[in-house]
Amino acid sequence: MSDRSQLISTGKPFAFDAERDAEFERLVVRYPIRESMIMPALWMAQEQAGWISAEAIEYIADRIGTFPAKVFELATFYTMYHLKPTGRYHICVCRTLSCWLRGKQEIVDYLADEIGIKPGQMTEDGRFSLEEVECLGHCGTAPVVQVNGEFHEEMDLAKFKALLATLT
Amino acid sequence: MEVKILSAKFDIENAHLLDVAKENGAYRTLDKLFAMAPGDVIEEVKNSGLRGRGGAGFPAGIKWGFLPKDIDKPVYLAVNSDESEPATFKDRYILVKDPHMLIEGIVICSYAINCHDAYIYIRGEYTSQVKALQRAVDEAYDAGYLGETIAGHEYRVDVTVHRGAGAYVCGEETALLESIEGKKGQPRSKPPFPAVVGLYDSPTIINNVQTIASLPYIIWEGADAYKQYGTERSCGTHLFGISGHVEKPGMYELPLGLPLLEVIDKVAGGVWKGRKLKGVIPGGSSTPVLTPEEAKTVTLDYESMAEHKTMFGSGGIVVLDDTVDIVKLVENLIYFYHHESCGQCTPCREGLGWMLKIVKKILAGEGSSADIDLLVELCDNIEMKTVCVLSAACTMPVRSYLNKFREEFEAYATETAS
Repeated sequence: MSDRSQLISTGKPFAFDAERDAEFERLVVRYPIRESMIMPALWMAQEQAGWISAEAIEYIADRIGTFPAKVFELATFYTMYHLKPTGRYHICVCRTLSCWLRGKQEIVDYLADEIGIKPGQMTEDGRFSLEEVECLGHCGTAPVVQVNGEFHEEMDLAKFKALLATLT
Repeated sequence: MEVKILSAKFDIENAHLLDVAKENGAYRTLDKLFAMAPGDVIEEVKNSGLRGRGGAGFPAGIKWGFLPKDIDKPVYLAVNSDESEPATFKDRYILVKDPHMLIEGIVICSYAINCHDAYIYIRGEYTSQVKALQRAVDEAYDAGYLGETIAGHEYRVDVTVHRGAGAYVCGEETALLESIEGKKGQPRSKPPFPAVVGLYDSPTIINNVQTIASLPYIIWEGADAYKQYGTERSCGTHLFGISGHVEKPGMYELPLGLPLLEVIDKVAGGVWKGRKLKGVIPGGSSTPVLTPEEAKTVTLDYESMAEHKTMFGSGGIVVLDDTVDIVKLVENLIYFYHHESCGQCTPCREGLGWMLKIVKKILAGEGSSADIDLLVELCDNIEMKTVCVLSAACTMPVRSYLNKFREEFEAYATETAS
């Protein structure tokens, strides 16, 4: 999402649940240095909570044995880590070359004009958030969108509207 | 025109599952492999003429030969599955449809280069693909094709899937290594090259998914069988991704060396909607564009592309019809590379931003001929003045659009004057 310079605090401590706790221990032995676990741990935290809070950053740093600033640095460099809550349905529209050539703009325009969100924004009811992303590697079935990580290929406006209707 | 070597199992239902893959030949090379000396495996790959399929096209066997001999450090293999170059979408099919071919290839490469720990770096956006790949790796462990022994042979190979999180630059091999080490994906200065000082300061080979996935065929059928496809110096087959304005976009496996326009017409159904061809991007967004006239004589191999002053790249072909606004296309491309700059080198971090501002100014009808010249000058001042080639991946194609379609830029600029 747009502002990636601030961490948001939940006011509650963060810790991995039992499943992710085990996953962390299973993975950490695969790497000769513990810092290699920062990215996997950020993914696990995001999968568990939906986004990365200030508490999650501190927990990961503590768990790995590094500085929170180091974890924060990666959380900001890599754009897929959400540093604030997203909508229930987080929509990523590919904006690059082949999707652009085959009409991604009408999807983005529809979201702006009819749903009322521009890239980086979320609807007031928290249902949808929108991000324009760079090439998603599905150029042969362009244009493509991702909703909560799931790919929807060969989109056009009619198919996109039908998709949105299913996301309640 | 299609040849199915790498994609042989793509049409078979459930071939991503170990049982079905095995019925169709997966892991059959292993007994043959472990009966060979590692040096002979490298020789076979050298003889096959297999070149790196990530974009650079460097001969794979020769790259492996750069590893220092008699070292007391572990050797690592990093499989590049970052696949982020716009118009490139080929490796994804291997990950989803035949991941065991990739894992078998990893075992082959590991044995050849004396590696026991391989990492697959897969781009974060590939959500379902990460799952498919991890499932295949888990299956391979359970069946004894990975781990302490490989199909009963005394050789350990561990494979770890490492997920990226949205950074194009991590497809650059040293940025990829930095990322696995838990750092920002900022490329390293070379030398030292990764074969000498790579992952965790150890000798490391980085190969693209398709390169590694080509190994089971080469070891099983032999280098000569592989070389029967393609041209003398561009051997074998390639998974081409054809996208943009064609009737039948998609991924097609073709031998190297076919005429580009024939492939667009016969394989991809030709330019869509009966429109005329305006240009072809031959190998991913960073390769210089070809005009219809140039496209007539080019063939799909490394040498012909170089003769036409462009690159084979990743085999991601984009067809542009005659409605494309080249200036807007250039804006789309510069935006991409500017966004993906890691920020390490000033010419790239700042320069690509300047280029974007100038193109936007031209598009707004506020530019002049001098601004077009300024874009060319910026290309010259940015290109090859940075640690990695990300900035050149932007300036090379942009310069080709400025040269070959200058009148379109002028048209926006002239509008101001009138």
